[in-house]
Amino acid sequence: MKTRVLLLMLLCVAIPVAGCEREERNTRPDPALGSSEQGVPVTTLAPGGERPSLSDTKAAEFENNAYHLSEGKRLFDWFNCSGCHANGGGGMGPALMDDKWIYGGSIESIHATIRDGRPNGMPSFRDRIPDDQIWELAAFVRALSGNASKAAAPSRNDDMMAHPSENRLPNATTLGKSP
Amino acid sequence: MTKAAGRIAGAVLLAFILSGCSGVQSALDPKGPAAGELARLIWFFTVLCTIIWVLVMGVVAGILLRRRQRRLHDPLRVDQDEERTISRVVISAVGATALVLVGLTLLSFFANRTLAGIGEDAVLTIRLTGHQWWWEVRYENAEPNRILTTANEIHIPAGEAVRLLLESDDVIHSFWVPSLHGKLDLVPGMVNTLTLRADRPGIYRGQCAEFCGAQHAHMATLVVAQPRAEFDAWYDEQLKSAVEPSSEEQRTGRDTFLNGPCVMCHRIQGTPAGAITGPDLTHVASRQTIAAGTLRFSRGNLAAWIADPQGIKPGSKMPVMDLDGDQLNAIVAYLESLK
Repeated sequence: MKTRVLLLMLLCVAIPVAGCEREERNTRPDPALGSSEQGVPVTTLAPGGERPSLSDTKAAEFENNAYHLSEGKRLFDWFNCSGCHANGGGGMGPALMDDKWIYGGSIESIHATIRDGRPNGMPSFRDRIPDDQIWELAAFVRALSGNASKAAAPSRNDDMMAHPSENRLPNATTLGKSP
Repeated sequence: MTKAAGRIAGAVLLAFILSGCSGVQSALDPKGPAAGELARLIWFFTVLCTIIWVLVMGVVAGILLRRRQRRLHDPLRVDQDEERTISRVVISAVGATALVLVGLTLLSFFANRTLAGIGEDAVLTIRLTGHQWWWEVRYENAEPNRILTTANEIHIPAGEAVRLLLESDDVIHSFWVPSLHGKLDLVPGMVNTLTLRADRPGIYRGQCAEFCGAQHAHMATLVVAQPRAEFDAWYDEQLKSAVEPSSEEQRTGRDTFLNGPCVMCHRIQGTPAGAITGPDLTHVASRQTIAAGTLRFSRGNLAAWIADPQGIKPGSKMPVMDLDGDQLNAIVAYLESLK
């Protein structure tokens, strides 16, 4: 009986403690210097058939982290991405909340797009935005088409709602329906 | 310890504690009419409540220590004299309480009325916007080219009323310069109005007084009250564009600044850097502190702040950047020249 009570108490402590790790905020990138240098795929065509794509360790780290996603949302506003992409709906620049990706929809491709720019208007933000913030922006842009985990995506807008908050956006590919 | 030594130690301790009540940031050391009114209220309430507390405690002690009456009562027999005494005591105590409460309410009402009346003759309007975690200060003017934007340091003419429009960009903050006025919140989506008036020239420290996130404690501001002529000179100086770099190092610094990540958030008037999400740096070297009162302005502190903002103010919106030693030195040299 006593052991069971003890176990129960331990469980009661362990569950909240385990929850502490969800929001780890890494504001001090390590190493601070150097930026990711994965290749820029200008086209998805390549000779020799499909091969495993190269990935950056930061991709997985940033993709489903609530803090990084919300920072990406803030920076999207701060750096005036809406000037061309209009809250993801598209304007002078392409829409970001649909399922069409001209240069690939993986977080690595989006990171490369922001870092190096793309033909016909997308400027290069290399040396203008620290690498970690580019990853944050890329993670957020992916969340705009409903690709981020609902538990991590931003849950409210600070301003008037241009569209539902990112954790309620349907996946653009399936439009929320099961395939 | 002898009795005398104990008394001296007590007096020293009291003096030490009371010395904290004066200085650049104290509600008990008022330097403006609003703060004066509030300080009067604080003292009056404290003294009156202390007297009442002592009286009540005295009565309680008297009752506890009173010799118990030996006379045995017949519970059914009512002693008319005693009943009369009891009801008289209770009624007068209730009456006194009501009187004190009404008196204090009136006092607070009249203080509020005085506070509301201050600044109907405001000469200057300043829009103060709270950000996580710094203050944006914008001097409104009917002429657009006389509008001035600066950060974290509010200069006002001494002896004149200044109207502050309080706004917030993100979460609720609260503006409080204890030596000058009572605190008022900066709420997103609405504008609160506050009047600031410093009787004498001086520097008064203010602090965000509403918890606003990780660096709430490092969100301070300085109110610098100056004589009118000095203020006007400061204003004209601040309106000017940034000075051109005068040395090779400063020139490198400016070019590094304009080609680096700094331009994504900061503005330096007279250069292509025009972003407004971070503090305006046009005259950053004329300010006394950096990072909203976190560090004194000095070359060393500036370098430390740019090299590792997340070590000094973890969670602040200033990111760690990819700069080498030469670039850092050059940027610091340039910013230091922006008087």
